[in-house]
Amino acid sequence: MSAGCHDTGVGAGADLVQVPRVALVGSPNAGKTSVFNGLTGLRARTGNYPGVTVSRFVGSCRVGGQRYVVEDLPGLYGLEPVSPDERITVDVLDGRLEGVPRPDAVLIVVDATTLRRSLGCVAQVLGRGLPACVVVTFTDELARRQGRLDVEALGQALGVPVVAVVGHRGYGVSELRELMGGWRAWTAPALAPPTDPAERDAWVESVLAFADYRAPERHRVTRRVDDVLLHPVWGTLVFFAVMVLFFQTVFTLAAPLQDGVESLFARLAELVAERVGPAWLAGLLGDALIGGVGGVLVFVPQIVLLFLLLALLEGVGYMARAAFVMDRVMARFGLEGRAFVALLSSFACAVPGIMATRTLPSARDRLATMMAAPLMTCSARLPVYVLLIGLLVEPSRKVGPFGAQGLVMFGLYLLGAVSALLAAWVFKRIGDRRGQPVPFYMELPPYRLPAPRAVLVAMWSSARAFLRKCSTVIVGTAVVLWLLLNLPLQSTAHLRAAGVDTGDPVAVSAYSVDHSYAAGLGRAVAPVFEPLGFDWRVNIGVLSAQGARETFVATLGQVAAAEDPEDPARALREMTYSDGPRAGEPVFTAPTVAALLVYFVYALQCMATVAVLRRETGTWRWPVIAFSYLTALAWVMAWLARTVTVLAGG
Amino acid sequence: MGGVQRALAELEPGARGSVSEVVGGEVPAVARRLADLGFVPGAVVEVVRRAPLRDPVVYRVKDYEVCLRRAQAACVYVVEGQP
Ligand SMILES: Nc1nc2c(ncn2[C@@H]2O[C@H](COP(=O)(O)OP(=O)(O)OP(=O)(O)O)[C@@H](O)[C@H]2O)c(=O)[nH]1
Ligand SMILES: [Mg+2]
Repeated sequence: MSAGCHDTGVGAGADLVQVPRVALVGSPNAGKTSVFNGLTGLRARTGNYPGVTVSRFVGSCRVGGQRYVVEDLPGLYGLEPVSPDERITVDVLDGRLEGVPRPDAVLIVVDATTLRRSLGCVAQVLGRGLPACVVVTFTDELARRQGRLDVEALGQALGVPVVAVVGHRGYGVSELRELMGGWRAWTAPALAPPTDPAERDAWVESVLAFADYRAPERHRVTRRVDDVLLHPVWGTLVFFAVMVLFFQTVFTLAAPLQDGVESLFARLAELVAERVGPAWLAGLLGDALIGGVGGVLVFVPQIVLLFLLLALLEGVGYMARAAFVMDRVMARFGLEGRAFVALLSSFACAVPGIMATRTLPSARDRLATMMAAPLMTCSARLPVYVLLIGLLVEPSRKVGPFGAQGLVMFGLYLLGAVSALLAAWVFKRIGDRRGQPVPFYMELPPYRLPAPRAVLVAMWSSARAFLRKCSTVIVGTAVVLWLLLNLPLQSTAHLRAAGVDTGDPVAVSAYSVDHSYAAGLGRAVAPVFEPLGFDWRVNIGVLSAQGARETFVATLGQVAAAEDPEDPARALREMTYSDGPRAGEPVFTAPTVAALLVYFVYALQCMATVAVLRRETGTWRWPVIAFSYLTALAWVMAWLARTVTVLAGG
Repeated sequence: MGGVQRALAELEPGARGSVSEVVGGEVPAVARRLADLGFVPGAVVEVVRRAPLRDPVVYRVKDYEVCLRRAQAACVYVVEGQP
């Protein structure tokens, strides 16, 4: 998944028949994707967690004029797959994946620090009989932890070419390239490694002895850090401290950056108002693009910050620990630790979260987790929450040392996570009960410094994905909405007849907006949302957010800019109901904002998620179920939130 | 040697043993996977630590660390007290 949000993993590369295909296989977390990136120059996602890559990823590289197709595959512990991601790799190796020819050669990637276990997997892959070369990674860490390996002797013992690399830094990649150029001449093992597990074990020991292997010392830092992070009290405290700190940061540290972006847009809006001639064009640029889309773009810093945090957690090796610590809790909900990691990745975006369920061996667990993943607070909800919390809570309010805004945000994340667990539990209960019990295991790699490149790539690709979304879905929606807000055109005579002071542009635009097609649409759905306290403008916002949640922010920004071009922020704060029983009262009261926030916690307003659910489950049934149950739940919970807030005197 | 054979799930953190037998339970895939993870007869296993809620447990085997739930650790039998 190179491009963060919404990228599902099939890379570029026209597959020509005569181009040799080379596949990367090996244990999870062995460094396959790092080698792949080194060979192809692509930026596929890496991380210190076994199970980062869950789909086939294709790139190409050139060695001396010859093009090679390089395939990155999910890791596996053995060739008898237990989970969907491992099945992909085995199917590719056996040429059983539809439309994908069998690779011509394999690069077997092994982590030098876990060689004693990994050689079992190497033996199994060598047994498949494809031309093979062994790529030994983590040679730097082996040396640092006082281990030893004679790479040349390893090659002799295995009977295939061996090359040592430091994957994430790209050392040794040019040697590997050179070796690839001569793949037709690669030696094959004189004798296939044994297939019986006991004999294979003896074979591994003899290979290790021949290669003068000394296992690395234990990683002391890892043990000490784990003493704290895996401690029942300290571990929990650290986890919540990191989370709270993060939400504080979203509001405080990102605020100056955001102000910068905001004033840039304000300046732009002024320029447009001054320079752009035709009033309609100035309106389109000022309201739809700057007021609407600009309002969403302001959130780039927060999104990047969120992805930075997740990339760091994944890069250091915390994710495997999270799975380990949470496994017992997840078991209460009928799931396992890996499902927690999938849910945690959904903080970025439900799409990679749903993809990550491929690491789950049990089909039922997988389905339950997929149905729950959209409830985790994804980055698309961030702008909506920040906007609405800003309307609800004064920035200066504090609860103890913490900003109240950050705490409300934390509460929303918690609400989403708890709801996700409960939803997963329900779906697991009502699912088919026949499934076999499957083993839970999780390798805990040592803590490592995250590769700076990987972290930068994660941040950059999240920003890029967000910008892309803004420039397509959100711009499109904003322009359509602009038309709906400005049509039909009101003639001066008509305005006069309606008693509008035609000399006052604010009054004119307020009247036109209130009698536009958009208003008609918003009022048409009013019976549905009226009990939640939404007025037609909020309805339009909610409807427009159906494809992508951030659009809500763009829509409200645009409506506000259209009503009062001078000060849209104030227009939003002081917006009142224009008709109905609450006419004249302010819209954004605490009960309405609470209902809106809760609505966004539950509703499935993301077409990308619907599409990935369709693809991963193979039927329309599950996306339809997910959409229906989440929308119904959103309405009910929003109504509850409103009622409770009203009762609490908000 | 001649120690007593015990299920891995019964050992306390800090204990070591050498795997004597891996039984599959009802599911053959479990024994296969445990073997792929390094739990093969003769392998030395050390109990490293328990999760805060006591399950799963981290084991050190074949020079790396892996955690198993109690149900899986109950499939692995070890003879305690190996070097
Ligand atoms: N010190 C060191 N770190 C490495 C090396 N190769 C990869 N890494 C790091 O190890 C981690 C795992 O690398 P990946 O390339 O994601 O491994 P993978 O085999 O693709 O893992 P999965 O896709 O999860 O199976 C990343 O954090 C890398 O930065 C290496 O040679 N030395
Ligand atoms: Mg990978």
